[in-house]
Amino acid sequence: MVGGTAKRPPRPTGEAVLEIDGLSVALPKGADREHAVDNISVSVAPKEIVCLVGESGSGKSVTAFSVMGLLPKGQLAPVAGRIMLQGEDLLQASEARLRDLRCTRMSMIFQEPMTALNPVMSCGNQIDEVLRTHTTMSQAERQTRILDILEQVHLPEPPRMAASYPHQLSGGQRQRIMIAMALVLDPVLLIADEPTTALDVTTQAQILRLIRELQERHDAGVLFITHDFGVVAEVADKVAVMQWGRIVEFGDVHQVLTDPREPYTRMLVSSVPSMKPKLRGAREPAAYILQTKALSKTYVDRGFLRKSTVVEAAKDVDLQVSRGETVGIVGESGSGKTTVARCIVRLIDPTSGDIMIDHYNIATAKRGELHDLRRRVQIVFQDPYRSLNPRRTVGASIIEGPMNYGQRRADAESRARELMDLVHLDPSSLDRYPHQFSGGQRQRICIARALAMGPDLLIADEAVSALDVSVQAQVLRLLDDIRNEFNLAVLFITHDLRVAAQICDRVLVMHKGEVVEQGTAHQVFSNPRHAYSRALLDAAPGKDWEFGELLNAER
Amino acid sequence: MFGFVIRRILSTIPVMGMVALLVFLMLRLTPGDPAAILAGDNGTPQQIEEIREALGLNEPIHKQFLIYIYDIVRGDLGESYFFKKQVTELIAQRVGATTSLAVITLIITIVVAIPLGVIAAYRRGSWVDQVVMGFSVLGFSVPVFVLGYLLIYIFSIELRWFPVQGYKPLSAGLWAHLHRLILPGITLSVIYIALIARMTRASVLDVLGEDYVRTAYAKGLKNSVVLMRHALRNAAVPIVTVIGIGIALLIGGVVVTETVFNIPGLGRLTVDAVLGRDYPTIQALILVFAFVYVLVNMLIDLTYTFLDPRIRY
Repeated sequence: MVGGTAKRPPRPTGEAVLEIDGLSVALPKGADREHAVDNISVSVAPKEIVCLVGESGSGKSVTAFSVMGLLPKGQLAPVAGRIMLQGEDLLQASEARLRDLRCTRMSMIFQEPMTALNPVMSCGNQIDEVLRTHTTMSQAERQTRILDILEQVHLPEPPRMAASYPHQLSGGQRQRIMIAMALVLDPVLLIADEPTTALDVTTQAQILRLIRELQERHDAGVLFITHDFGVVAEVADKVAVMQWGRIVEFGDVHQVLTDPREPYTRMLVSSVPSMKPKLRGAREPAAYILQTKALSKTYVDRGFLRKSTVVEAAKDVDLQVSRGETVGIVGESGSGKTTVARCIVRLIDPTSGDIMIDHYNIATAKRGELHDLRRRVQIVFQDPYRSLNPRRTVGASIIEGPMNYGQRRADAESRARELMDLVHLDPSSLDRYPHQFSGGQRQRICIARALAMGPDLLIADEAVSALDVSVQAQVLRLLDDIRNEFNLAVLFITHDLRVAAQICDRVLVMHKGEVVEQGTAHQVFSNPRHAYSRALLDAAPGKDWEFGELLNAER
Repeated sequence: MFGFVIRRILSTIPVMGMVALLVFLMLRLTPGDPAAILAGDNGTPQQIEEIREALGLNEPIHKQFLIYIYDIVRGDLGESYFFKKQVTELIAQRVGATTSLAVITLIITIVVAIPLGVIAAYRRGSWVDQVVMGFSVLGFSVPVFVLGYLLIYIFSIELRWFPVQGYKPLSAGLWAHLHRLILPGITLSVIYIALIARMTRASVLDVLGEDYVRTAYAKGLKNSVVLMRHALRNAAVPIVTVIGIGIALLIGGVVVTETVFNIPGLGRLTVDAVLGRDYPTIQALILVFAFVYVLVNMLIDLTYTFLDPRIRY
């Protein structure tokens, strides 16, 4: 228990607040490796932000949860090393002692602000719970403290925020509530586990700024976990790079990003797509494969005996894609980019406007007509874990479409083998199930499935967003090769500006259902005209760093 | 919120109207002359004519329906041919026993089933979990009448803790009233305990994997606080739904239980009315049960909005 005034014990200056020394965490038997975390050592000094960076499965989160003592019981257990928080070994601490330390001296914020707050408790109550658990403050003191911390995280109208429930707030506001909750008792250590990964880029920039600001004001050391080198460049003082449970490189941020010593770090850093668009040369004008005219989608929610609400998900969208060209739609969540994609494949019906594929209008096509048009437009979705039927072999998933259109099984199968080869997968693995492949491989399978239909237009809806950077780079290269080889029209939907810069010939920026700017990638990235495009580009983390180029130039 | 309550209450009107229409048509669409059916096998032509006159069966059918609705709204549900009494009076006499039995059953169910479910979820895979789940399979499979007679044998005949059968109204004293309802209540609640304990376990297990439960632990809260304050309330919506369905099913359960324990409630009245082909009483009971069901559903919907601020209609 901390007293009513909640002053923390004086901290020995200059000494590390957190010192992880030779930590190993065992995985259950039968896992792909023995240790989730293998003999790692990291330290965090006061006022310092140390980034743990690595690809999925590298052991970053396990490290964080080990510090908090929140590893899933019976599955993961620390087997060696020490975790010293201000000189106290957390691995030796009792369960009760750990509970006392949580939120008073070490706090954690999580990746998903959407789900990390209890949906049925008001935000103020959730912060109050921390104060009630750890202090003897009176109701009035607690109330003042809550409003004060909400003010510090720059939430407008703190009393209203305290009274609201998580679902009434935006993702960014929720993450601010989480940060307020974590910092309300002035912990010496803040662990941030991918705190901005689920947020839009402009919100991300604000939250990163906030974490920096508060960490300075509260003198906290921060262990910041991320997979995003842009974020690393933006916030880190020091960087520890993790691979397969080990720290392969630990050093000053400038050194690691500009002069990495380890090949793995070098590969990671060079995989980060550049913000400078690739110069792809002027294209010869070709006929449009896809053309939308004033495409709109309006959702009307009519209720029984109540006012109906109208949402304009897409408004007067005009876009054109010609053969052999990649057109990107960039925008934040809720901007309408996915709505446009779904209208084009007629997964949803547009409210008004035309969608022309050659001279056929998909927007108004009747059932029979639509059947023929469907094979000309194919889509690859974001989440390769969920877009393949887990109970069917990947071969069955690939040949199903062509067979629906009358291809003979033997032909469809031989085509499937060719396509597997094309996406650099072993054709003999067609009779395996999706769970036997990695995320990147599954996305290749999804691409092969789309190509099996012989489309004119391929839509990639955030198709590389769920992938690690190194895998992302490979899939992007694959998509570009395929576009070239088949002279495909590609509509590439993404929230990631770096990705858009690398793959798109032309870019449309969407905001609140409308296209606010469109032009060649080079125009939009180097000379954005619309204020929103400028804000978007400005918010991109690590925009001043040229990761890939820098290293490529050295070689 | 207030607007929602009003809208929700108003929305029950069309539902009840549909029920009334079906009940009305039940008699009118039966092959043959409804008056002859009502008069029974030994009805004389004169009785039949009287009934026809009394029910207004000579009027056009839409007018008959209006009269029927008008009578219901006035609280006149007709006269029972079997008991020779006003049906409203008959129901008023019986409703107390059934309500008491239902309330006691519900209380026993909730007090036993929810803690069992939460503990089973928290200690999943342990012996506690296995015992609770084993009990729940057993609870599902034992028929109400077998359990009823078994309990009577053990607790009334052997141990003499409770009377064998019978019922005393609340006016005879609280203890006398409760004393006779405990065994029937336990009998009736076993299957619901089995159902709701299972539901609670599944629902809490789901919630325990949620991010906000992890957040709660990261705040330094005790296990019990995390379970009760964070997990259970989030798990509540499906549990409350099942309790609501349970109340509806209870109507079937009371028929058997009231017979086994000889309690003069609506369940017994239903059995008697069906056996006696007492159409006015059957019609009225269907209306009453439908009304209760609609009411319970409405209350459940209202409960959702208290449990979960995201649910707004």
